Amino acid sequence: MTIANRFMKRSVVAGAGAMLAALPARADWSLINMSEGVSVLSREIYDMHMIMFWICTAIAVVTFGAMILAMIRFRKSRGAVADHKLLHNARLEAAWTIVPVIILIAMAIPSVEKLVRIEDTSGSGLTVKVTGHQWYWQYEYLGTDVTFYSRLARSSDFARQKGSGIDPRSVENYLLEVDNPLVIPTGVKVRLLLTANDVIHAWWVPDFGMKRDAVPGFINEMWISVDEDKPGTYRGQCAELCGADHGFMPVVVEAKPEAEFAAWLLNQKKVATSVAATE
Amino acid sequence: MAHAGHHDDHAHGPRKGIARWLTTTNHKDIGTMYLVFSLLMFLVGGAFAFVVRAELFQPGLQLVNPAFFNQMTTMHALVMVFGAVMPATVGLANWMIPLQIGAPDMALPRMNLFSFWLLAFAFLLLLSTFLMPGGAPASGWTLYPPLVLQTGEAFPLAIFAIHLMGASSIMGAINVIVTIVNMRAPGMTLLKMPLFTWSWLITAYLLIAVMPVFAGAVTMLLTDYFFQTSFFNAAGGGDPVLYQHVFWFFGHPEVYIMILPAFGIVSEVISTFSRKPIFGYEAMVYAIASIAFLSFIVWAHHMFTVGMPLSGQMFFMLATMLIAVPTGVKIFNWTATLWRGSITFEPPMLFALAFLFLFTIGGFSGLMLAIVPVDFQYHDTYFVVAHFHYVLVPGSVFALMAAVYYWLPKWTGHMYDMRLAKLHFWLSAIFVNVLFFPQHFLGLAGMPRRIPDYAAQFADWNMVSSIGAFGFGLSQLLFVWLIVKCARGGERATAGVWEYQHGLEWTVPSPAPYHTFDKAPEVR
Repeated sequence: MTIANRFMKRSVVAGAGAMLAALPARADWSLINMSEGVSVLSREIYDMHMIMFWICTAIAVVTFGAMILAMIRFRKSRGAVADHKLLHNARLEAAWTIVPVIILIAMAIPSVEKLVRIEDTSGSGLTVKVTGHQWYWQYEYLGTDVTFYSRLARSSDFARQKGSGIDPRSVENYLLEVDNPLVIPTGVKVRLLLTANDVIHAWWVPDFGMKRDAVPGFINEMWISVDEDKPGTYRGQCAELCGADHGFMPVVVEAKPEAEFAAWLLNQKKVATSVAATE
Repeated sequence: MAHAGHHDDHAHGPRKGIARWLTTTNHKDIGTMYLVFSLLMFLVGGAFAFVVRAELFQPGLQLVNPAFFNQMTTMHALVMVFGAVMPATVGLANWMIPLQIGAPDMALPRMNLFSFWLLAFAFLLLLSTFLMPGGAPASGWTLYPPLVLQTGEAFPLAIFAIHLMGASSIMGAINVIVTIVNMRAPGMTLLKMPLFTWSWLITAYLLIAVMPVFAGAVTMLLTDYFFQTSFFNAAGGGDPVLYQHVFWFFGHPEVYIMILPAFGIVSEVISTFSRKPIFGYEAMVYAIASIAFLSFIVWAHHMFTVGMPLSGQMFFMLATMLIAVPTGVKIFNWTATLWRGSITFEPPMLFALAFLFLFTIGGFSGLMLAIVPVDFQYHDTYFVVAHFHYVLVPGSVFALMAAVYYWLPKWTGHMYDMRLAKLHFWLSAIFVNVLFFPQHFLGLAGMPRRIPDYAAQFADWNMVSSIGAFGFGLSQLLFVWLIVKCARGGERATAGVWEYQHGLEWTVPSPAPYHTFDKAPEVR
């Protein structure tokens, strides 16, 4: 065995070791797979993702298996002699053209079904207009005077400055916390109207399954419906490059049971009226 | 012979010194210049990626501010796409197409030199934008308005650089087409051409079709910026999304411009080291042509979240899924070429086999991304970053490295250091996966792309990815060293170089003489 070969083997082992050592100490699927989320849409999307993943895995097993088998069985060092007559095989070639088409059709049918449901924004119980700014969000509850801005929380903003000396790990929900979160009711279809004031942004909370661009001068629609039994705080980020602080305009949504939400909205309306009165 | 008096003009060797490189019209010299330029840009673009991965090594901002981070991601992409991968394929085309079809040179040698120097100056301009007030472009390589219109002094220079690159690419493409159509040796019918030449013929048509579209898009940006037009400004009746449609009409064929020559290379290499002609040659040609055609009708899959009509989303989803069929045919034909072959694992073959596996992984994630409902989750996350780096790095770049290891003895006349090459392969193949595979996890877990800092739950995999990046980057220095060593000397290479090969390039001595095929070869 040559020195280079030995070095190669060793670096392979060292590389694999480094990978293993770097694995997170506890297995947490949320760190390596899509979240199932808390809405009808996110679950449908998650299911489709897993269907695609398993189909691809199955195809990979077959094709990679054939490749590996060929590389083992037909090595020259094992005395394999090339078969120069194996140049065409009409039946085989037809099969590996037609079978993929059938698999694709099988993938396309559920995708189209789900897509139609996702794009149906009718029958919503609440509409919120979302406006992207460089670099914060604005929420307006249509039909009321309630509107507010939602910016990165101060604690994160201090820590994220270069040379701040603050360990990001010591900040709760680092980069995923805002001053005023969007508040929505659970169990209600909430329609979002998205637009932007300056450049294109994108509004995304992974647990809701959807993201959509906020384009200046145009209005896009999407809907979310958080499960009735899943109130809580859900976090996401701007998902379209929007300039220097693109990484620092999180989306935070508080989903409250309907009665609590109604109380919150009433309170906000009072605040809005009193602000208007003092002006 | 009547031409005896001119004979000396044709037989002379290269000029001495720097004049050779400034004035040469020889396809081999120009090919070499393209390849060296590409290697240089690969290192420059790699350095930018190094900064990106170093900043992302851990959460918090340690090294650069967010604005500079965005310049790094933007310039990394522009340099790698237009400076490294495309010129490398053009360099290979210059060197190998005349040798593969038995032509004495490219059809338009002066335009050939002109297109190289245009490219070199385009990059001088583009890289000089780092010195401008406001820095280099930072809006991503896709240059989406309105964000790109916030670029500082760099803006017109970047646009002009893109125009120059486009002109250079179009000239290169015209040259390839004219050469292949007119200068094939007698008997070299189209369906006898090696697959590398075939892949480039189709790539050249793609280039001519889409580079002007890109030029048009950036010209509209220019007039929006300086002359108060409103192509992409809603306040004036325009639409920012129009730019995305026009850009991706260029941008999708562009990604095939980077992968089709790679398909050609891999076909040649797998055949040589399986000691067997390629399985389903004609199907391979038709598959490349189908992929090229489909590339024109799938562009909007890059922008599913932009708010398109339902029917539009369905059309682009189904058209995109169709690409899996001809791509599958290619993968299966390569596997069938291995089948009942007599396989050895020289460095070009190692890279081609790694391509076969890892490009296929990129293909799977591509298929997943085509499904609109799930793309709503994947879009603009690290899952996308992982996908396109899998098809571009262990895809295109590995194929280009296979090409270098395959033809380097033909170019230099020396065999290279096989052990060093294998070491380079294993380090690259391992680190490229450490680098890009965890990015699938990051994307699925919810990390957006193009952010300089991230929430704490993304820290572990970012660190792994960065370690992979440092390892992969440093391994490429071995590649540079190996090429320098091989150019300077080594064991003499024979004309055939490899045990089993076919094609006209292996009939000329190694190194290929300055002028080859002055007299057209016979092709049976």
